[in-house]
Amino acid sequence: MTTDTRPAPAHRDHAVRVNDCALKLANVNGSGSASANMLLMKAIFRMGIPVSGKNLFPSNIQGLPTWYEIRVNETGHTGRALDYDLMVMMNMQTYADDVREVRSGGYALYDSTWPLDPGLVRPDVTYLGVPLTTLCAEHFSAAREQVLMKNICYAGAVVALLSIDVDIVSSLLDETFQRNARLRESNQLALRLGYEYACEHFDCPLPIRLEPMDANAGKILVDGNTATALGCLYAGATVAAWYPITPSTSVMDNFTSLCHRYRREPTGETGPDGEVRYRNDYLILQAEDELAAIGMVLGASWTGARAFTSTSGPGISLMNEMLGLGYYAEIPAVVVDVQRTGPSTGMPTRTQQADILLAAYASHGDTKHLLLFPSNPAECFELAVKAFDLAERFQTPVIMLTDLDIGMNDWVVPRLRWDDGYVPDRGRVLDKEALEQLGRFFRYADEDEDHVVARTLPGVSEKGAYFTRGSGHDKFGAYTEAPDEYQEVVDRLARKHAAAALHMPPPVLEARDGATIGVVAVGSSEPAIREALDLLDDSGLPVDFLRIRGFPFAPAVREFLDAHELVFVVELNRDAQLRSLLTVETGVDPARLRSVLAYGGFPMSARQVADGITAQLES
Amino acid sequence: MASITKPLIPLVRLERNELGLTVRDYEGAMSTLCAGCGHDSITAAIIRAVFELAIPPHMISKLSGIGCSSKTTAYFVRGAHGFNAVHGRMAAIATGANAANRQLRTIGVSGDGDSLSIGVGHLTHAIRRNVNMLYVIENNGVYGLTKGQFSASADVSSTSKRGEPNLLPPIDPMMLGLSLGATFVARGFSGDKAHLVPLLKAGLEHEGFALVDVISPCIQFGDHEGSTKSYAFTREHETLVDDPLLLGEDQIVAHLPDDATTSVRMHSGEVLRLRSLPAGFDPTDRASAFAYLEERKAAGEIPMGLFYVNEAVPDVHELNETSSEPLVSVPYKRLCPGSSALEEIQQRFV
Ligand SMILES: Cc1ncc(C[n+]2csc(CCOP(=O)(O)OP(=O)(O)O)c2C)c(N)n1
Ligand code: SF4
Ligand SMILES: [Mg+2]
Repeated sequence: MTTDTRPAPAHRDHAVRVNDCALKLANVNGSGSASANMLLMKAIFRMGIPVSGKNLFPSNIQGLPTWYEIRVNETGHTGRALDYDLMVMMNMQTYADDVREVRSGGYALYDSTWPLDPGLVRPDVTYLGVPLTTLCAEHFSAAREQVLMKNICYAGAVVALLSIDVDIVSSLLDETFQRNARLRESNQLALRLGYEYACEHFDCPLPIRLEPMDANAGKILVDGNTATALGCLYAGATVAAWYPITPSTSVMDNFTSLCHRYRREPTGETGPDGEVRYRNDYLILQAEDELAAIGMVLGASWTGARAFTSTSGPGISLMNEMLGLGYYAEIPAVVVDVQRTGPSTGMPTRTQQADILLAAYASHGDTKHLLLFPSNPAECFELAVKAFDLAERFQTPVIMLTDLDIGMNDWVVPRLRWDDGYVPDRGRVLDKEALEQLGRFFRYADEDEDHVVARTLPGVSEKGAYFTRGSGHDKFGAYTEAPDEYQEVVDRLARKHAAAALHMPPPVLEARDGATIGVVAVGSSEPAIREALDLLDDSGLPVDFLRIRGFPFAPAVREFLDAHELVFVVELNRDAQLRSLLTVETGVDPARLRSVLAYGGFPMSARQVADGITAQLES
Repeated sequence: MASITKPLIPLVRLERNELGLTVRDYEGAMSTLCAGCGHDSITAAIIRAVFELAIPPHMISKLSGIGCSSKTTAYFVRGAHGFNAVHGRMAAIATGANAANRQLRTIGVSGDGDSLSIGVGHLTHAIRRNVNMLYVIENNGVYGLTKGQFSASADVSSTSKRGEPNLLPPIDPMMLGLSLGATFVARGFSGDKAHLVPLLKAGLEHEGFALVDVISPCIQFGDHEGSTKSYAFTREHETLVDDPLLLGEDQIVAHLPDDATTSVRMHSGEVLRLRSLPAGFDPTDRASAFAYLEERKAAGEIPMGLFYVNEAVPDVHELNETSSEPLVSVPYKRLCPGSSALEEIQQRFV
């Protein structure tokens, strides 16, 4: 083992940059790096600085390369950066690629226990060698600990290099290992080792450095799947059915632990072995597949419970037939689709927005669904609640489309708020009294101004009994093969779908003076787009931005398209699916809609958006 | 309205059940199946069973898949909510329905195609979960509604109407149920209502998944010579293992001499009596049921009766300790933790 003793070159022409940098941490999957990376991210959050962390991980449990990116930006632009000020190179397999991604004038931290291949040395990059393996071998005895503590050790070095508040980091470790003194001490030691080594050997802090701010008051750091699960809990969902699939699994993991905590009461009775008995106000079913999961949701919703499932693209593919059943038989259902990269198994741990068309028209026959597009975890919470209200109000499946980036990464968002006056919108459900007032109940007659008909629930009254079928039915609910009777029902369904446009969450407009072109997008690309539009504005091109949050599209969407000469639809898929949906559903002249597409599996970056727009404007 | 309703011919002195309802009160729409279809007889048996058990019609939820058999949920208990879903997925939908309201009597009706091919995955998992429901397979060995293709229950060398033999071995729903640990496994015959009604009643009273396979000849595509699911073949080869079957002290269905008798106490408190049992066969012992079925099958017989019952296995709700009131009735106030809890939860996020 040799220790790299080359002194770090002086920071020549490096201007000091405060609270504006991008880090990339290159790790080996399964080596325990995630907690170290989270530690850095959370410490920066606690320093009050806008920050994002994106986990670019493989579909693998152990061994493949994995990266974590931290973007710090005082103006709040925390979309994905494409070049990095500091690369923490902890994976020899990817050294070459990682070195290449450092921006000119940037830094590369590596484990100098082993010498760096001279072929990897770039003259415009400063190499920071920290003998992590040696340090950990000297201070920890257990083999596993020597490996794990290298992570906290590099985090310590980064803390010193960027001048992250070491007290905050240290107290975060104390919180994490509250109940395990031994682990707490090991972690604290590893942190100190890295920190002190960097202080002694490098000119700390680097010109890229952090200073406390106050941008995170009233904010939280949370991932979208956790927030979605919270939304489902608060909406009053009692039945959940699911089949495990990345990147949606943690929706149900979180829902399960929340139910355990908030929906479970001891009954006061004990079982035969003296075990405490509980009363659970929920039932979570791990289904045999996604067909079953959506079936269970339809069965439960038909019976009157608020029920949901969470899945990803492959699951939506399987659910198609029953989404059509829900649409035609008018049964509420909430489906959370945490999108990943398709087609087929695709890249399960990478992100995309490529289920838009599938979700909009899922199933054979003339079907159309209600879609919700949250763009961050705070909206996941808000729109998950909204999903249940819409599903019951319109008696139809609602698919909330998030993606891996929103679902699994931690985002800084405003603290979630709950209005204790919230009353669930259960839609038109006739209770016993209402049924008694009624001459006779017919399931699909008597539409209201939104073309919604009243339903009844099993177990309430014989008078409300009706026969639900996915086969042809007339407005009385009876079987039919008569063209006019069939059409009467499906025409109302089309009107009902259209009427829902006014009940969807309205799009969010960000207008700029003098803008004649616009951008339209949904979901996770929002931060990248906002940053890109700032860049374009700085270069003299003001662009308006409309972020759509629901389908069917609110009238404001068509108005926005009409009000701009040219509209760029920015999305994370190859086939411009949102653009297609806009074209088909609003009737806008397709020539006015251009596409900016990124579909390699990583979150959108501002550069992709800005370059995509300028390139097309120039040509 | 294009539905066919039954003419209400006033009948003299119809028998009334505990609720004061007559059997007519448990009927449904007029069947549109072929005259003589076995499925219609099962419908009649279901009507009789729920009538005799005096289940309030609105407390039943009846679900089915797709097929001639699955159409029949429209033909019984018009006062119950019905759900004719998609092909093969009824078990999953019924699981959800039962999850939401455990107080409803969940009745699922399916076909051999619906249950043993496209839906076999859902059937097996509903059995595993021990969903508290009656699950009836109206078994005719063919896909009736799509015009007579062999189903997964067709016997080897049973022939189609056109004379082609079936080559693939059948899935016997009874063996499937037993091997999966089903807690109620029974077979009846649509042509023997007296035997079938008590079986269905016992299945309805069973707390857990009651799998009832009913041989139900398709007169269009399965009632010819060479079919092993025809009326004639079934009559000739059936062996009643427990005819008759008594439910409770006061519900004597028939009178028979007291020979070998087994009693099972149902969750509901009633006592299920199985009489005239063959020697060595014990319907509370799974291994004995297996052995008996294998032996009879080898002898070319079609055994009919309750092969296995176990009241001690928790159903999906007991296993999950779901509140005893239906989840649909839990007030929202109890479901939403409120704003202060949300504050508390978010301490983790700062
Ligand atoms: C997904 C799907 N595939 C195929 C069909 C066509 N189909 C309708 S009923 C049926 C078979 C029904 O057979 P079975 O369940 O045995 O009922 P039976 O008509 O014999 O009572 C099939 C294949 C369908 N409705 N849905
Ligand atoms: S085709 Fe066969 S199963 Fe279908 S209704 Fe006719 S007899 Fe019954
Ligand atoms: Mg059949």
